[in-house]
Amino acid sequence: MKLSRLLCAFVLFAAPVIAWAELSIQITQGVDDPIPIAVVPFRTEGLAFGAADVAEIVANDLEQVGEFTALGRENLLSMPSGEGEVFFRDWQVLAQDYLLVGQVSASPGSQLVRVQYEFFDVNRELRLVGEVLSGNISQLRDIGHEIANVVYEQVTGTRGAFTTQILYVVAGTSATGAEEFRLEKADYDGARPQVLLRSREPIMSPNWSPDGREVAYVSFETNLPRIYIQNIASGQRRQITNYSGINSSPVFSPDGSRLAMVLSRDGSPDIYVQDLRSNELRRVTDHPAIDTEPSWTPDGRSIVFMSDRTGQPQIYQIEVGASSFDVERLTYDCFQCAKARFLPDGVNLIHVRRETRQSPTYQIAIINIESLRVITLTDTSLDESPSLAPNGSMILYATKHQGRGVLDAVSIDGMVKFRLPSTEGDVREPAWSPFLD
Amino acid sequence: MGTQSNTIYKAGLLAFALTLFAACGSTSDTEEMPEPVESEPPPAVTSGADDNPGPTAEEMAMEAALATTVFYFDFDVAEFKAEDRETLTYHAQDLAGDPGRRIRLEGHADERGTREYNLALGERRANGILNYLIVNGASRGQIEVVSYGEERPAQMGQGESAYAMNRRVEIVAQ
Repeated sequence: MKLSRLLCAFVLFAAPVIAWAELSIQITQGVDDPIPIAVVPFRTEGLAFGAADVAEIVANDLEQVGEFTALGRENLLSMPSGEGEVFFRDWQVLAQDYLLVGQVSASPGSQLVRVQYEFFDVNRELRLVGEVLSGNISQLRDIGHEIANVVYEQVTGTRGAFTTQILYVVAGTSATGAEEFRLEKADYDGARPQVLLRSREPIMSPNWSPDGREVAYVSFETNLPRIYIQNIASGQRRQITNYSGINSSPVFSPDGSRLAMVLSRDGSPDIYVQDLRSNELRRVTDHPAIDTEPSWTPDGRSIVFMSDRTGQPQIYQIEVGASSFDVERLTYDCFQCAKARFLPDGVNLIHVRRETRQSPTYQIAIINIESLRVITLTDTSLDESPSLAPNGSMILYATKHQGRGVLDAVSIDGMVKFRLPSTEGDVREPAWSPFLD
Repeated sequence: MGTQSNTIYKAGLLAFALTLFAACGSTSDTEEMPEPVESEPPPAVTSGADDNPGPTAEEMAMEAALATTVFYFDFDVAEFKAEDRETLTYHAQDLAGDPGRRIRLEGHADERGTREYNLALGERRANGILNYLIVNGASRGQIEVVSYGEERPAQMGQGESAYAMNRRVEIVAQ
């Protein structure tokens, strides 16, 4: 079963007709001058047919983020599997900057595998790193992602996010043909999807706890929107709110001790913070207009939110505990700016932007709140729910493609784009996990 | 806005003004506020059979009004349309006359704009109708308000014809 699942993950690229909302990546835009890297198929020993191709997983990871181009296997001049077999001139002739080789071995009759890899700088004729990883045969995919993390960090200096996961909501059809909503979790590239919650009523706003163990979300399962927190591994969950009116937008504080949320129990939607240990509820904003979409500043002291108090959605910031009059407005130059959160630098703000009244298009953009410089990252028209990779390199967001909800990713500089199309249902509200190891 | 004092339409204008007040801050799209429509009194219907009075005109109008349970909204507008006022007045009277009756007001938005904002917009729309029903005799305890935002579209697809069907408040009997 596990083996066939892994096999599916590869067949996917050729024939994306797989059950459920299995997602597969399409690179829609890469950098102009990607770094050439040769990933030699790992030598295998004692491995059952159909086991995951570790080298292919690494190559796919590196190509998906757009900064690398992997040498086609048909162009290999030699197939080294260790340092002793590497002749740098071969790879210099092929104009490769980097080289990855390795071997996978399994003892007969055992589920345990041992993966050894070595990574080289071709131009400097230098071995950069080498490592032995072992695990169950079902973990070959994870091992491939781990190797990709190491390669990515060696070359770019940034920690790789290939072992991270994503949450998203699917509005789809159940096995019996009924409309259903699912909260799903998958690898960052959409592989190995898993249903965390299934409901006939809407599910909204999944948000990871900072330790990656829990998810907060809104479920309408009681016919009213209420906030729940679910343990991802055990499936155990608890209802957090039961206030009258809207209970929405749960967002964990950076230290995981508090949950920002939106409640309309006092008339109109306002921002509240609930302490998850004492359950003490504190009101943060107090305005008859709509205040919603809270996010925490990186220091965990303030909350960024959207309000239409001036007539149209704009972004504001308030310190938790400050007077509700002490609100700072952050955006002025858009017709509507919404769903904002800061990058870790606390200066650049990711948001959804509708530039003018005349053009009803919504795009993902970044505004520097000091220089007020705006970079619009996407060019489709119904883009929303941006979520940042934990290494800050990419933003995953929801958009429409041919009338259906899909997830797209764009690099923080707008240069690289890839899409995770689904085979079933309408996919929305992606949430990229924190680092999980 | 409220200066056309000669054209007062029943108690509606007061409620209308209240609705506006409740929804202030929602003047998002400066689409013109719909002028209060001078609606004609329902035509009197005379029954042919003398000794079988049948439903009165008022009863028939009430029945027609109560059969209307979905109310549509203009883009980015939280106030219900002026032409729905009479229908909603009948709904309010129906609730006032039957204190045991319970309804749910389900607010919806089209898919443009962010999901959380649309959730709030759906509630704002439903609250506009809630306030109107209360001002016209219904009691708060009879009505539950819930917004689904853009999560439960009546019609799939992009384009104004689908969007117009999705910006709505539905009255659902409990």
